[in-house]
Amino acid sequence: MNLTNFNTKEEFFVDMQRCIGCKACEMACAECETNGQQTLISVNYVDRSSTIQTTVQVCMHCEDPVCANVCPADAISQDEFGVVHTASTERCIGCSNCVMACPFGVPKKVEEYDLMMKCTMCYDRTSVGKKPMCATVCPSGALFYGTREQIEEMRPNSTPINNFIFGQEKVKTKVNIMMPKGSTELRIY
Amino acid sequence: MKDKTFNGKALFVATLVSILTIVLVFYGSRELQNFDAALVTYLFGTVFAFFGIVYRYTVWLQRPPTWMYFKRSIKFLFTGKIFAHLWFLGKESVQNILLQKFIYPRSKWRWFAHFCIALGCLSAFAITIPLTFGWIHFTLAPNSISIYEAHFFGFKMMDFQINSFLAFLIFHALNWSSWLVIIGSVYYLRRRLTNPGLIATQTFEGDLLPLILLIAISVTGLCLTYSYQFMKGFAYDFLAVIHAVTVIMFLIWIPFGKFFHIIQRPAQIGAHIYKQEGIKKGMAVCPHTGEEFATKLHIEDLKIVTSQLGFDFTLEDGSSHLDLSPEGKRSRLAQAHLKARSQGGNLFG
Repeated sequence: MNLTNFNTKEEFFVDMQRCIGCKACEMACAECETNGQQTLISVNYVDRSSTIQTTVQVCMHCEDPVCANVCPADAISQDEFGVVHTASTERCIGCSNCVMACPFGVPKKVEEYDLMMKCTMCYDRTSVGKKPMCATVCPSGALFYGTREQIEEMRPNSTPINNFIFGQEKVKTKVNIMMPKGSTELRIY
Repeated sequence: MKDKTFNGKALFVATLVSILTIVLVFYGSRELQNFDAALVTYLFGTVFAFFGIVYRYTVWLQRPPTWMYFKRSIKFLFTGKIFAHLWFLGKESVQNILLQKFIYPRSKWRWFAHFCIALGCLSAFAITIPLTFGWIHFTLAPNSISIYEAHFFGFKMMDFQINSFLAFLIFHALNWSSWLVIIGSVYYLRRRLTNPGLIATQTFEGDLLPLILLIAISVTGLCLTYSYQFMKGFAYDFLAVIHAVTVIMFLIWIPFGKFFHIIQRPAQIGAHIYKQEGIKKGMAVCPHTGEEFATKLHIEDLKIVTSQLGFDFTLEDGSSHLDLSPEGKRSRLAQAHLKARSQGGNLFG
């Protein structure tokens, strides 16, 4: 990648229990210059028939990204900061392997473009020291971008974790999820 | 990602193709009778490009996801209603390779510019490669000083009057290609220099250099014509060398950089065939949302591919996390998070 001012001290912290489903992040996401007016963050009801719970999902930027591994066209790259970039337009063949393989359900296939697009952690902003669009507008603190010290001060009863267990698979990510104090991992059943 | 740096199979296939190319050059030019020795540097560049392209393509095909798509597409294509499948292949090739229609919804100007570059490059390949190989050559018709004949592999294909409009179009064919490439490349260069999203993610060697190279090839190529037509051959030798350098740089860069997408793009048709055939075999239903979200074939193949790549998403009950749709996965994650938060006694921490 080009020379950047990516602030390696700042990290992404997600707490989906705080999501109120307002979709402000969706609107903000579409403003990200790397997205071309597409909103790539996902807000959805968890189980609409039984609860009003909503969840928000940004790309978790896995250390060994499944999406990039399953891409038959080598269209997804990871940079030196661990940011997993969206599919390169010239390579992506729109097969949706990444969409179906991502354990977090992040990549989106834009059918009319025949192209996969995903969150790049607002690389146009974070590469110059700014915060991602979604984190700047989230009113409930479900999405926070800042230093570890800041989040510890704000959420003294929580611990950020970045280890996830999907059956037999352990996935380590760059993005953290806020869990009860002392947690080390999140197991998805 | 786990990559190897040397691949024996690819080396073998690439060497074989390179040798075959040289053999075809020898016989296609009627044992070098029709070979233009002035183009020998271009020949070396082209053979190297062929070697590199085939090497990389073979390495690429061996990756589990690529091989799965390749294997399935070829099988679907030649099983059952073969003519209907070939018709689909032809239709897709025109729409996606020739017209690149998938770019149009992204922006009509981007499509237009890309179409110009693609048409310019493909027409230039179609002209220069056979010329360099000595497969095409022109001669005066016997007993005539005004009729030109075009030969392919030593066989006469057509003839035309030297001063005709057709002759003007044929002799300047590469100039038309150059103008198309310049129009498209300048548009994309402007876009890359002004679009903040692209500025943030592009690299010089990956994104800007290819455009600069395309413009350099086209401008120096046009200069050759303008030199002998309007400037009495001024600086012709110098321009010829500069043009050769830019073209050879382009050729040897094809296997390594952005231009490789020209070779990769037909895989998109494979993905379309795969999806179409998959739909016929039935859709997968997400156990969380209860809705169809992908073909069963895709999900089952993905389980094989992820396993080959060293990932195992098998859950305790024997099902797979990959059985869930993207929305289902996000919801299950949120449910697991809620459960952990509830057990922690504090929903918001």
